[in-house]
Amino acid sequence: MTDPTKESPTTAPENEPIIKLIGVHKWFGDFHVLKDINLSVDRGERIVVCGPSGSGKSTMIRCINRLEEHQRGKIIVDNIELTNDIKKIEKIRAEVGMVFQHFNLFPHLTVLENLSLGPIWVRKFPRTVAEQTALYYLEKVHIAEQAHKYPGQLSGGQQQRVAIARSLCMKPKVMLFDEPTSALDPEMVKEVLDAMIELAHEGMTMIVVSHEMGFARSVAHRVLFMDHGQILEENTPDEFFSNPQNERTKLFLSQILH
Amino acid sequence: MRTPIPASAVEDLKPPVSSAGPLGWLRANLFKGPFNSLLTLFILFCLYKMAPPLIRWAFIDSYWFSDADVCRAGDGACWSVVSQNLRFILFGFYPYLLQWRPAMAVLILIGLFFYSRDTGRWNRRLGVVWAAGLVVMGILMHGGVLGLAEVETDQWGGISLTLLLALFGLTAAYPLGVLLALGRRSRLPAIKTVCVIYIELIRGVPLISMLFMASVMFPLFLPEGVTINKILRAQAAIILFTAAYIAEVVRGGLQAIPRGQYEAAESLGLNYSQKMRLIILPQALKIVIPPTVSILISAFKDTSLVVIIGLFDLLKTTQVTLSNPAWIRFSAEAYLFIAVLYFLGCFSMSNFSRHLEKELKA
Repeated sequence: MTDPTKESPTTAPENEPIIKLIGVHKWFGDFHVLKDINLSVDRGERIVVCGPSGSGKSTMIRCINRLEEHQRGKIIVDNIELTNDIKKIEKIRAEVGMVFQHFNLFPHLTVLENLSLGPIWVRKFPRTVAEQTALYYLEKVHIAEQAHKYPGQLSGGQQQRVAIARSLCMKPKVMLFDEPTSALDPEMVKEVLDAMIELAHEGMTMIVVSHEMGFARSVAHRVLFMDHGQILEENTPDEFFSNPQNERTKLFLSQILH
Repeated sequence: MRTPIPASAVEDLKPPVSSAGPLGWLRANLFKGPFNSLLTLFILFCLYKMAPPLIRWAFIDSYWFSDADVCRAGDGACWSVVSQNLRFILFGFYPYLLQWRPAMAVLILIGLFFYSRDTGRWNRRLGVVWAAGLVVMGILMHGGVLGLAEVETDQWGGISLTLLLALFGLTAAYPLGVLLALGRRSRLPAIKTVCVIYIELIRGVPLISMLFMASVMFPLFLPEGVTINKILRAQAAIILFTAAYIAEVVRGGLQAIPRGQYEAAESLGLNYSQKMRLIILPQALKIVIPPTVSILISAFKDTSLVVIIGLFDLLKTTQVTLSNPAWIRFSAEAYLFIAVLYFLGCFSMSNFSRHLEKELKA
């Protein structure tokens, strides 16, 4: 089976970073969640973000598609700066896929409808094309036989794979993963990680908030460590795990790797 | 040492007789414990005392098609008050010879409701069918075209008026209520304030006072010579009133939708109206079907309040019938009759809502 809508003209030159965060700050009330975040992500780059809970990792990636608003600094995605302009925000959101910890599938729609909704209403594809695309991606995450079920009838791992396929149907230029495996039963983690690894091998630009260190080691180009709203350390996975520089990174790694 | 359990030992057995079948049902529902048994016996005794005289009054000693004098001589129920005045009760002052027209209109409406029961038929064609049905009903009621004599709206009355007020009242109030609920949750302060003020003001005022305002005060503000139909004004009051209540119920439904649903919709790039129409409202409105139907049912019954501004709905035509000295003693029978009509309307609404809930429960 082939993808019926394959073509993706890029709006920015290939060598430009697709995501740039420059001096980004964010507060929740008085609480300073993000402190001077600087990050640049190239096309095809895969980044894993880790850190203790409450360190601002999720907030950072949620700022990239404006589920959270940053209050200082600049965020530029695919050459569009995020401002209050809702049209620009919607345009960026269409290009940036997001996978949530709790899947957030639409429970009143079938799997196929969940997947074809975005392509039909945002991309304006004809229904038949959107459904073909949906089936193509469902097959990719090995779940095509569930197309006509409702999300409530699937296991957690299956739901998360559907959620990944739903994002892919929009032909995103970047995929954001917000702790995609942390709400899953242990035996279902692997099927979701496998789908993500497959995606990585195809060259998708990915930012993954996760504590799956095996995943980070095998697919990430860079691993970021965040604590208290700051990026404290970033390095290649090899260096990051074998030779962490920051004291807090060392402490964190010793806690999660046992 | 552990031994494997042989399969024959866990064969399915029938439940004991005392907990299944009719005997089990009786025990579980009517005679569970001394207090329950006592209650059952007490109620049986009351039924034994009350049911026979009631049946005698309503069915055995009753008069169905007699005139008023015969009724007054006997002591059973006088259903003749309904049968002798049926056409006035149902159609009010609508010209006697033309009353087949409102009758047709009511039948078409009931037919449309039955046809629309099946959610599988909810498509664009059904919309067209309804639009056509409404036009036909309008022509039948008002006339003035196709050789039908014109009947002014102040002659409309009875069940056709009640159904008209209810139909347009409920179908217009529902979308308006949804919009108000969305407005109250809007991030734009101006829209939010307007919606909050509207909802709180309307909910703080009885429907009767709104009907009075619509019929007495509102015309004072119109320029001289301009009049707006009385039915239309009452209709508007009912719509505005019901919408405020629906808004609050729908807002409750919106609050029940987890934030993740909004975020998932937004992260796909859906705009506000797509997000609401495709993701949030279908879920929220489904949750609030039971309270919404409650409001619609009470609004349906509240249409009877238009009696106080002199519209001849079902209740008013019944009252007028009873003001005739010949029938004045038989209000119980007449009111029972319209109670049955209202009950049929309300019960089919609540029945339909349960049916709809089941059908939408995916």
